[in-house]
Amino acid sequence: MGTLSPELAKWVVDAAYILVAFLFISGLKKMSSPVSARGGIVWAGIGMIIATLVTFLAPASEHTLPTYLATNFGLVIIAIILGGTLAWWSGRRVAMTDMPQMIALYNGMGGGAAAAIAAVELYAGKSHSLVFTTLAVIGALIGAISFSGSGIAFGKLQGLIKKSFRFRGQQVFNLLLLASVVVIGIALVSGFNATPTAVTLFFVVALILGITMTVPIGGADMPVVISLYNALTGLAVAFEGLVLQNPAMIIAGTVVGSAGTLLTQLMAKAMNRSLANVLFAGFGESSGAASGPVTGTQKPIEASDAGVMMAFGQKVIIVPGYGLAVAQAQHKVWELAQLLQSRGVTVKFAIHPVAGRMPGHMNVLLAEAGVPYDLIADLEEINAEFETADVALIIGANDVVNPVARTDKSSPIYGMPILNADKANNVIVIKRGQGQGFSGIENGLFYLDNTRMLYGDAQGAVNQLIQAVKSVG
Amino acid sequence: MIDGFIAIYIFMLAAFTGYEVISRVPVILHTPLMSGSNFVHGIVLVGAMYALFHANSTLEQVIGFIGVVLAAGNAVGGYVVTERMLEMFKSSGQKKRAGGHH
Repeated sequence: MGTLSPELAKWVVDAAYILVAFLFISGLKKMSSPVSARGGIVWAGIGMIIATLVTFLAPASEHTLPTYLATNFGLVIIAIILGGTLAWWSGRRVAMTDMPQMIALYNGMGGGAAAAIAAVELYAGKSHSLVFTTLAVIGALIGAISFSGSGIAFGKLQGLIKKSFRFRGQQVFNLLLLASVVVIGIALVSGFNATPTAVTLFFVVALILGITMTVPIGGADMPVVISLYNALTGLAVAFEGLVLQNPAMIIAGTVVGSAGTLLTQLMAKAMNRSLANVLFAGFGESSGAASGPVTGTQKPIEASDAGVMMAFGQKVIIVPGYGLAVAQAQHKVWELAQLLQSRGVTVKFAIHPVAGRMPGHMNVLLAEAGVPYDLIADLEEINAEFETADVALIIGANDVVNPVARTDKSSPIYGMPILNADKANNVIVIKRGQGQGFSGIENGLFYLDNTRMLYGDAQGAVNQLIQAVKSVG
Repeated sequence: MIDGFIAIYIFMLAAFTGYEVISRVPVILHTPLMSGSNFVHGIVLVGAMYALFHANSTLEQVIGFIGVVLAAGNAVGGYVVTERMLEMFKSSGQKKRAGGHH
């Protein structure tokens, strides 16, 4: 570093950040098509490596070097190795079914890092203009909420937190927390009370708010919440980037903030819920006895009969849901599909936008099993085809095929676009038992005349179907 | 480096960019894309590094250190899981060419 003039170092850093911004944006663009997606993450990864390496030069661009630079240099390297190794190890070994909570976890870490940047700035009492201090404080608030909120989302999806804690006046309580954190924030910004104690109090309340905001939200709504926190982290990063005058952070953070907001809206729309509804209504888990006018009985079927029905069909559409993920049945399902294909049966997979725990979650699982993506259709593509299908095979999906959403105005899912599985000539539903689904809503599909229930967990039931189709010969 | 209105211009243009880039994404890529954008905000690492470089007290060093650990976790973890997911997306044609794996 000794030979590098501050001007040259600054030029190198600035020029590198332009390249980084280019690599990030083109990377995300490539990720929006299945053909180029793999290359997209590699581009963005190269951008990240360049950004990290060149940032080691950043202190050399200042005319007065930071006081404890040597020590801090060592600390930075140790911290990167520590955090990077832990994340690499956990990211390598996590099962595909557990992807949503891992994304929540890594996202929370990003939010926490943004909050930490603000904390260093605030504790150091560095003098910024009013605007930049405000940005630092807002970024700190958002980052801290994203950090603790994502932690709760992780805990819920991982099964560490089983209950949704709700009490009377919870929203008023949250509102009071928000009000108090805003008041402390204003005190910090205005310089009225910018003491370390006030800074600590600010972060403690912000972290608690993230927790109390997230605990009442049910598991079914978690995809929307994770997506929202992802967008929020992006925004927090952008704000801290403005404070640090770092264009790479501003651009990358803002792009993620706006893309994430759009993605969150798409998801909420696919579930026929408004974002406010997801955050404040506390539905998503047994909202109560919303039993509509569902009549009739569930009619069971033996695996052998179901196997024959599919083996002699022309077209089978498979509708996977979260039950498939829980049972890790994606490989078995693909085996069944290939078996049917070899008999000349047309097999397609129909994926609802919110099947599983995240949009596209099912696609990832099927891809893991080796299902080519051109066999996988989404709601708009496939819905007209159900009428021509001999069998619709529902594996661990529930609300996304519930025809009640079309007819029953009193149902919480009324108006949600669903897969028209009930239009198929025969419907076979693989389900663990007679209970209600994740949302606690009775499913009209299970009681239709053309529906047969195959009870059992997805893995076992599909295995039986495979044997049944094989024995047809 | 950048100040005032220039920063706001960057902010605004980047916001439109993010919106446009994602608006044509098929549903099948939503999870990988969320994961990919999660990786991209791992750029917070450079900010955390900056904060730790300039830490002037033990408290700042501790917070800065935690910040860099978390940010590195965000970046590396985000990359690993996104890459693992995208690796699996192949069309029937690509599978046949690859000798069809099961």
